[in-house]
Amino acid sequence: MTEKSFWKRVTGSGLLLPVMSLLLVMAVNIVFDILSGNNPFNFFMITLQQTTSNGSVLYGRIIDVLNRGSEAAILAIGMTLVVSSSAGTDISVGSVMSLCASFCCMLLAGYGVSSTNELAVPLVVGVLGGILMGSVCGAFNGTLVAYFRIQPMVATLILYSAARAVGLLLCNDLIVYVRNSSYAFFGSFLGPVPTPIVITAVCVAVITILLKKSALGMYIQSVGINAKASRISGLNSRRIMFLTYVLCGTFAGIAGIVASSRITSADSNNIGLYLEMDAILAVALGGNSLGGGRFNLAGSIIGAYTIQAITTTLYALGVSTTQAPVFKAIIVILIVAVQSEPVRAYMKKRRLARAAREGGAV
Amino acid sequence: MEENVVLMARGITMTFPGVRALENVDFTLRRGEIHALMGENGAGKSTLIKCLTGINDFEAGEIRIAGINGPVKNHSTKDAQSVGISTVYQEVNLCPNLSVAENLFIGREPLTALRTIDRRSYNTRSQKIMDDLGIAVDVTQNLENYSLAIQQMVAIARAVDMDCKVLILDEPTSSLDDEEVEKLFVLMRRLKNQGVGIIFVTHFLEQVYAVCDRITVLRDGHFVGEYLIEDLPRVKLVAAMMGKNLDDLEEIGKENVRDISKNPIEISARGLSHTGTVKPFDLDIRKGEVIGVTGLLGSGRSELARAIYGADKASTGTLKVDGKEVKISQPIDAMNLGMGMLPDDRKAEGIIGDLSVRENMILALQARKGMFKPLSRAKQEEIVDQYIDLLQIKTANKETLVKQLSGGNQQKVILGRWLITQPDFLILDEPTRGIDVGTKAEIQKLILKLADEGKSILFISSEISEMLRTCSRMAVMRDGEKVGELDHDLTQENVMKAIAGGEQKND
Repeated sequence: MTEKSFWKRVTGSGLLLPVMSLLLVMAVNIVFDILSGNNPFNFFMITLQQTTSNGSVLYGRIIDVLNRGSEAAILAIGMTLVVSSSAGTDISVGSVMSLCASFCCMLLAGYGVSSTNELAVPLVVGVLGGILMGSVCGAFNGTLVAYFRIQPMVATLILYSAARAVGLLLCNDLIVYVRNSSYAFFGSFLGPVPTPIVITAVCVAVITILLKKSALGMYIQSVGINAKASRISGLNSRRIMFLTYVLCGTFAGIAGIVASSRITSADSNNIGLYLEMDAILAVALGGNSLGGGRFNLAGSIIGAYTIQAITTTLYALGVSTTQAPVFKAIIVILIVAVQSEPVRAYMKKRRLARAAREGGAV
Repeated sequence: MEENVVLMARGITMTFPGVRALENVDFTLRRGEIHALMGENGAGKSTLIKCLTGINDFEAGEIRIAGINGPVKNHSTKDAQSVGISTVYQEVNLCPNLSVAENLFIGREPLTALRTIDRRSYNTRSQKIMDDLGIAVDVTQNLENYSLAIQQMVAIARAVDMDCKVLILDEPTSSLDDEEVEKLFVLMRRLKNQGVGIIFVTHFLEQVYAVCDRITVLRDGHFVGEYLIEDLPRVKLVAAMMGKNLDDLEEIGKENVRDISKNPIEISARGLSHTGTVKPFDLDIRKGEVIGVTGLLGSGRSELARAIYGADKASTGTLKVDGKEVKISQPIDAMNLGMGMLPDDRKAEGIIGDLSVRENMILALQARKGMFKPLSRAKQEEIVDQYIDLLQIKTANKETLVKQLSGGNQQKVILGRWLITQPDFLILDEPTRGIDVGTKAEIQKLILKLADEGKSILFISSEISEMLRTCSRMAVMRDGEKVGELDHDLTQENVMKAIAGGEQKND
């Protein structure tokens, strides 16, 4: 047992089940395509399509999953960190997305303006302002959780209910339209690639580098596992917890800009609606314990895309939009059950028993 | 099965991934005996107990219980209870905010004809149970109003009342003081006379000789032997546990006669206090000195150390390190001044269970370097390897989660965490609690070695003999107050007298 086999590495990394779940969803697509007489690999087909506004762009179901899943994936990054450090979830991220979008559009259009073609301030000011608003919301949540020691669910419930309303207030109760191609960029295409995919990739890259090039990852997990012991060992447990909420809010801000840019407006009532649930589910599907501690960021992101893949698959299967959540729920139940402790223990027992039998036979 | 035998385990074998935790272990418990289960950390005591109580699923062997035909295999503690095996752990697993009576009957409340809880018989029955066992409590009071010892006895009473034939006591005395231990022993003897078979796991050798009738020794997952207490004097027991003849503890006796009176003062506290736990105290510690802080549990000895280290921020007073006045508001400040602290509660404040051995050991050094100056993986492994080697930590590898290690090895990991930071002043609060004799001796030697290297050490232990071996001076705590210092005639008797208070104050 000197060399770890590839299989051992995969199973040991905790990514096996999230990846299997995603593969399962893809397999459903293949089966469906075979049954309906299409190319079996329709799901994976990527073609170049000509569009009038953006030239030739990538097109295909898998691109659609990556594109539409961007917001959930970006939120899942922050959510993973928050869950790890505080054993709680930030349920305000969907509302914060909406608030950030409103703030950004308000800056770009000017207060009280409901529709504009010209930007009132430079694009970068509006976008950074929106993202910064996310950080501020995160700091607010973080202060309540880390310093006032309020349960995360309760602390983030405040912005969950208030942020959308604040957004509407900023927009003077209007849906603000920013009909400007430079703003639409974040929701459209960079060359042939949908910009949200690029933005998600950049977010993942930045956080990965941050975790790799600093001790942040170990700090967050350490605080999440045992905050008291971490403090005795010299970590500022509260500050680290606070930091994860700020990061989570910041990512919510970025996701809000993407969502708003797609529709070139700040639709306070609909942007990010229920997305906090997808983000939390993504963390769980990624094999992370919502009890905090050890985290697996790659798992969460795969989880986010799995959710989107399920949605896209259901639409491709012709399930109606109103019924899709039912099927989504069934699939989620299956995935979560497979990853649950008793099922894992059972599998492990069987594996051990088999190993023992084989060992005995030799 | 022999007459009188209530529990018989034969050939128990249990494997964890990569480790054979138990190999062909036998254990026999008779009616009305107190049977010590002894072994070093990692010898397999806990594993065996978990096999008996259904927490572990053993692979081979069988367990037989008096009155039950055929082998018994428990799959949960509930199964175990139904065949008459009850366990009381070191940590009391009861509800402090419920009354003693409620705790006794939780989950099996007496019911009235209407299937509601019969509160009246509840309290009278509880009182009778406690009276019968000679435990003086008011069963209507909340459990949290009683000392840990009483809470433990309530746990035992609950176990016994559930018709148990086999009572397993897993390190019940670790957090009790001498007087409380004695009370517990009275209860154990009473139960023994009632015919209960008791399995007693402890690290305190003297306690074994105080109450036990028989000893079973395990070593490295193997059964070493079963002995009558009178056939196995202390030295032989230690030898059986360690697998070698050694009187290590006696060896490090008198070698600590180093003159440190010329050494500069490293730590100097004046009027330091923490509201509610420790009254203002003065304390000077010289470079290379091992100072002991002694006193009963709860006398403020841990709190004194915590106030210096900033684990509890000092409310009043000043602290000088190397002659310079410093402000410590949290542990990292103390660490930056070259301090380290191994806290007494290993589980709550020491180990970070779900992190690996490597991460646990590197944590303090990393925290001192700062978040944005991460140690490279290669560097981490190099350091960790060195200290695993130095402290002889038994772990499958560096990436094993620390919670999978035995208690003593976890303690060594935390010790390693601090040694890696090369501290000038190290606080060791009960570093040897729940640790086997061999490791204890190692840690004591290590303390003396560190002092030789010029490090200052503040050592807290419930075992006076251990402190006598290592400390050149002792501060005595009573009721949150530092009541004196002993620096000559350090004998068990003098220290006891000082702790107890009364006529003499030797300073």
